[in-house]
Amino acid sequence: MSIETHGLVRDFKEVRAVDGIDLMVEPGEIYGFLGPNGAGKSTTVLMLTTLLPPTKGEARVGGFDVTIYGARVRKLIGVALQDVALDVNMTGREHMLLQGALHGLSKHDASSRGSELLSRVGLSEAADRRVGGYSGGMKRRLDLALALVHHPSILFLDEPTTGLDVQSRQALWGEVRALARAEGATVFLTTQYLEEADALCDRVGIIHRGKIVAEGTPASLKAEVGRPSVVATPVDDADRPEIERVLKRYGEVYDDEPAIGVRLAPEKELTDVVRALDRKKLKVADLALHQPSLDDVFLAKTGLHLEGAGEEKPEEA
Amino acid sequence: MNTFHQIVWLGRRSLLFTLRQPVQIVPSIFFPLMFLVVIAAGGDRASTIPGFPAESYFAFALGGAFVQGTMLSGVNSGSKLAYDIETGFLDRLVLTPVGSGSILIGHMIGSLAVSLIQLFTFLAAGLIGGVHIAAGVPGILVMFALALAVSIAFSALGVIVGVRTGSSEAVQSAFPLFFILLIFSSYMLPRNLMEADWFRWFATANPASYLIEGIRSLVITGWDLGALAAGFGTAAGVAALTLTGAAVSLRRKAVWS
Repeated sequence: MSIETHGLVRDFKEVRAVDGIDLMVEPGEIYGFLGPNGAGKSTTVLMLTTLLPPTKGEARVGGFDVTIYGARVRKLIGVALQDVALDVNMTGREHMLLQGALHGLSKHDASSRGSELLSRVGLSEAADRRVGGYSGGMKRRLDLALALVHHPSILFLDEPTTGLDVQSRQALWGEVRALARAEGATVFLTTQYLEEADALCDRVGIIHRGKIVAEGTPASLKAEVGRPSVVATPVDDADRPEIERVLKRYGEVYDDEPAIGVRLAPEKELTDVVRALDRKKLKVADLALHQPSLDDVFLAKTGLHLEGAGEEKPEEA
Repeated sequence: MNTFHQIVWLGRRSLLFTLRQPVQIVPSIFFPLMFLVVIAAGGDRASTIPGFPAESYFAFALGGAFVQGTMLSGVNSGSKLAYDIETGFLDRLVLTPVGSGSILIGHMIGSLAVSLIQLFTFLAAGLIGGVHIAAGVPGILVMFALALAVSIAFSALGVIVGVRTGSSEAVQSAFPLFFILLIFSSYMLPRNLMEADWFRWFATANPASYLIEGIRSLVITGWDLGALAAGFGTAAGVAALTLTGAAVSLRRKAVWS
């Protein structure tokens, strides 16, 4: 196992930020830790990267217990934390040279590895500019490049695409995929973006209030939630009760203001719903078929939508 | 990579940080210099007091400016480390195979560089102001050695405050405490000429007095081995305490396994 935890707990005074997490991440796997702000994602990363001692439980990274063999763990891992940690007075190239040197590379090796990574993340032209003048996306990409200087076998990325535009986000996804597929690196990434977990991760752990509430491949998790939903928005609000009555025949109805949704029962299809509404001459402004998403998984497991769920409790670390 | 190379690279970064941020250097030179000029102008007649050890008050006060400058460097040093904590840069360093001792020493190199610039500036100001260094050129070298030892001691103290607070603003707000330490010392008057007993008691108990008197002795007296021993002894004692405190604080903050 690249990463293994058993009953991992972290308390901050009265608050239990991480509450008995069990994880098993295979070598070469891209594992996504999905959850809202304050769920305990970053705290878990800090513990796994030896930056924060666990209150209870066991954590092994690369086979080494993080509480005993911190230095050995740190040699194996590359880390890009949630807040990019850069010195605004240094250039991108100076960062690469410093990071390479501190990881034991000779000046020549640090320089060539630095140039290679800067080019890979599209920062060759900006390499000799001070980081203070970089955009948020450029800083993120430099941060990722710095995490890769020493060819880590396990990479921790804490919300690596937060604040990035779509183009930068997809470029970073490509880079992470290449790392896992071509170089065999294990990637443990946290995210609050459903599409990121869906598109990038081999397996996803959904975390809520410090506990893993669901775990599996994105496809298996969505399959667990079940069949698609049909969401109908009435033209006239007076038709709402009647539309609800019709939809009830096709599955479990739920309110999705201003629309009404129905989770289709087995063997019921969208076409059945359309025909039934048409027979009753009920007009709808919009009718949509929703395939289950990871948000539905989160909703099914916690009763909350992922977006906004984090407002309940602040992130401790 | 050995520890020496780690320190060289971290020291290089510390120097870059300092040199690319003039605000790190200018106030810590300008403020003690201005303070020196003001008290020298206001206190010039003190040199006529019977028993006053120097012919010029400016020469008498010069040693205090050296110590004040190194105190400000110490504040900057702590502030810089707190900035690294705030930005997460310290975590980046900790996640490499670098030791906390190397981080500490590498970090302090920038502050020592500022101290050197300060010392040359204050010395130049003294010479322009007509001060004759009684211990001559060898005395200047000893003066620099003592001042750098003081700088190490205060930089390490700044690091302790920086690590404990983790806030560069909090470190900056510690400056008045350093200033109080200086005011209640023999910076402005020799201890034997202090009239109020309580003030003399404070100045005698204040380590800053011995640091100032050590440097001052080289300027106005020549080779006063007693003052130098007290100065170097105090600097070494304070440095040993603050460096140990800084190393322990940094290790606790940065690496727990």
